[in-house]
Amino acid sequence: MISVLALIFLWLGVVFVLLGALGLARFPDLYNRMQAATKCVTLGVCGIMLGIFLRSGFNPLGVKALICAVFILFTVPVSSHALVRGSLIAGVKLWKGTVKDDFTADRGGTSIIDKTPETEGK
Amino acid sequence: MVPIIVLIPAALFCLYRALIGPSIADRAIAVDMMGVVFSAITGLIALQYKLNYLLDISIALAVISFIGALALAKFLEKRSLDD
Repeated sequence: MISVLALIFLWLGVVFVLLGALGLARFPDLYNRMQAATKCVTLGVCGIMLGIFLRSGFNPLGVKALICAVFILFTVPVSSHALVRGSLIAGVKLWKGTVKDDFTADRGGTSIIDKTPETEGK
Repeated sequence: MVPIIVLIPAALFCLYRALIGPSIADRAIAVDMMGVVFSAITGLIALQYKLNYLLDISIALAVISFIGALALAKFLEKRSLDD
């Protein structure tokens, strides 16, 4: 029973990581890519580590996997948030289909939504 | 063994984005995600071969990618880019 649960968590994590990396490769601008990559990879790697813990039980391998899962769950969103904030301040353009840009509006700047028609991506 | 083989294309997608990414933050997040995926691969190898010291390497990979991403974010906030 525990073994079946461990396999379910592990394969769910693998599928999440694969789809997140596919989103990182295919989405149109930086912010979409960062959202796909960060959410999916965080959840997927936490699932894989939880699967390793369930598979091996309370020995050093399982407890280290649990510690690694908690660490990744706390640190990957923090680093992604810092990178998004830094790239918004540095002025990386948003995708041209973006409808709202509250960050630069709150800071009193002009909008950084990409207005150039049909030059990027064919 | 099969989950490790399935995770390798994920790392290759991250490598693709790190190679062609238009801005610096693209490359930074791609390298960060590649470190986390390698951390998961190392954990799976540790489970496969029952080597529990490989999980230490996994935790260290997660720490290194976190610190690298934070340093690059600080660099981006202080200095404006061309793109």
